Amino acid sequence: MKIAVCIKRVPVMEVKFAITADGSRYEETGLKYDINDFDLWAIEAALQLKEKAGDGTVHVVCLGPNAAQEQIRKAMAMGADSGVLLESDARNYDGLAVARALAAELKGGAYDLVLFGRISIDSMNQMTGPMVAELLDLPVVTNVFKLDINGATGRAERVLEGASEVVEFPLPAVLTIDDGLNKERLPSLKGIMAAKKKPLEIKPANLDAAQVTVRSMALPAERAAGRIVGEGADAVPELVRLLQTEAKVL
Amino acid sequence: MANVLVFAESRAGELRKVALEAVTAARRLTELSGGGAVHVLLAGAAGIGSKAEPLAAHGADKVLVLEHAGFALHNPEALAATLAQLLSSGTYAYGLFSGTSHGRDLSPRVAAKLGVGLIPDLTGFTVENGAVVGQHPINNGKVIATLALSGSPTLLSVRPAAFTPAPAERALVAESITSAADPAASRVKVIELKQGNTDKIDLNDAAVVIAGGRGLKVADNFKLCDDLAEAFGNAAVGATRAVTDEGWRPHSDQIGQTGRNVSPDLYIAAGISGAIQHLAGMRTSRTIVAINKDKDAPIFKIADYGIVGDALEVLPVLTEAVRAAKAS
Ligand SMILES: Cc1cc2nc3c(=O)[nH]c(=O)nc-3n(C[C@H](O)[C@H](O)[C@H](O)COP(=O)(O)OP(=O)(O)OC[C@H]3O[C@@H](n4cnc5c(N)ncnc54)[C@H](O)[C@@H]3O)c2cc1C
Ligand SMILES: Nc1ncnc2c1ncn2[C@@H]1O[C@H](COP(=O)(O)O)[C@@H](O)[C@H]1O
Repeated sequence: MKIAVCIKRVPVMEVKFAITADGSRYEETGLKYDINDFDLWAIEAALQLKEKAGDGTVHVVCLGPNAAQEQIRKAMAMGADSGVLLESDARNYDGLAVARALAAELKGGAYDLVLFGRISIDSMNQMTGPMVAELLDLPVVTNVFKLDINGATGRAERVLEGASEVVEFPLPAVLTIDDGLNKERLPSLKGIMAAKKKPLEIKPANLDAAQVTVRSMALPAERAAGRIVGEGADAVPELVRLLQTEAKVL
Repeated sequence: MANVLVFAESRAGELRKVALEAVTAARRLTELSGGGAVHVLLAGAAGIGSKAEPLAAHGADKVLVLEHAGFALHNPEALAATLAQLLSSGTYAYGLFSGTSHGRDLSPRVAAKLGVGLIPDLTGFTVENGAVVGQHPINNGKVIATLALSGSPTLLSVRPAAFTPAPAERALVAESITSAADPAASRVKVIELKQGNTDKIDLNDAAVVIAGGRGLKVADNFKLCDDLAEAFGNAAVGATRAVTDEGWRPHSDQIGQTGRNVSPDLYIAAGISGAIQHLAGMRTSRTIVAINKDKDAPIFKIADYGIVGDALEVLPVLTEAVRAAKAS
């Protein structure tokens, strides 16, 4: 089983973002970075499939700045075998440009599966996986939260709003992984040591001119601090009064 | 003249509310770009055409009806092929999708086929010289980016519930079309649709969302949330990831960073700590109420109204009070 996983370096979101004075982007000083959450689950899925198959390789592909080597090494410490960094310093919001660069790298790789996260938590594009699939003319199943691979066919369940659908697909295929499929493993000390020696290739990303451009960025309106209405069931009448007269939602 | 093609989402032979939201957003798009027609693709098994009326009532100038047994369940490959064919005909300046699971699966496929960009999940937009300039939440909703795209055609998706369906009466004009690809030949086959209780209102359509967390202790206690939702009417029940991980509620009910985004008029969080990943999916709700027995729970920091107490005691009393308020 030969699997590729596309991973993205994203800011850790447990911070208060600030917007630069010119309103063009968010301030990056002081931000920490990690692998996109969904991509961790994609890596975990790949490792489990490899383990179940008894042999195979897991290759990670990342388009990002030089510092994204850190995220590739983390994926290797979890168990990925090799990686490539398509180096680019641009913060890219154009999904198609990224997808084209990734597709060009993946083309001819003869992967049985190419895994993506459902969405990247920074740009929130939720489009790269299906775009790459289309560019490579591979079948794609998005939002996968249950997965079963059996030889050359797979069966997955994908999330809809308030429902789900069961999908069958032939391999090779592209999947985008959703929350709920698994919990990612932590890199072991042994894994971290081994990762240092695994092959990591670095080459410049070949990005088309962006069609989608950022005009400006802003912070959403802050919520005004609320108040405690009271304690226990005794507070219910006052809450209901406020919902009727003040919030006017009842 | 800038015509718009809308993909109207249906499920199990019924039009979804997001389809009407999309038509309303498309009407706005034509107004902002100096007029044009709104055409809607409605696909399904035989008989789906009979569901087209509400689309016309919300401003669809023409409904392209694609009836085939192969569309009884979602058929993304054949739909993407058909949408790409329609959108490359030169008739349309814009292709508009709902920012739903299906919409965000189809739109990137079509964008890649046509080689055009896509701006996703817009909460609002304007048009400047034909280019769509719209707001898209990024960084888990903590930053709002204004993105611009001029493509030919320009593809976009709109966030569920961001546009309220507005009546714009038209006489129904329906035109039957055929699929650009054999629906039976799709490599990816949806073999089953698992719907929960179909009488339930979808989380994105509900004016009131009652969300339960681990503080509800056991699956059975979600009955208290269901009761409160019923007392409100037009309400749906959601959950935290702790709850969906336990299997107390289905995965599709999860609200938050990695689950659904909701912004109802009223959000009631019961037994929910208010982890940042949960807040990411509900912080834009108009009014937030929190019930938590820990007065220091982070959820109180963003709640408009808080009750410190045992949710298992507060919820039934609240349900009775809401029933009484509705009855009077
Ligand atoms: C990558 C990642 C993604 C995630 N995505 C999501 C997501 O999309 N959605 C999400 O919800 N979470 C998500 N999480 C998990 C999130 O961090 C929290 O763990 C989760 O939201 C906690 O759920 P909870 O509030 O139900 O449980 P807890 O944090 O355990 O809180 C339970 C609360 O109930 C209160 N309580 C206990 N008993 C009672 C009682 N009888 N009456 C009233 N109150 C009571 C407690 O005081 C406590 O505040 C994610 C985490 C990670 C790492
Ligand atoms: N720069 C990137 N490098 C590698 N993979 C990426 C990159 N951007 C997006 N992806 C992949 O595409 C998925 C969806 O991202 P997005 O379409 O940006 O929401 C992510 O979860 C990754 O798997």
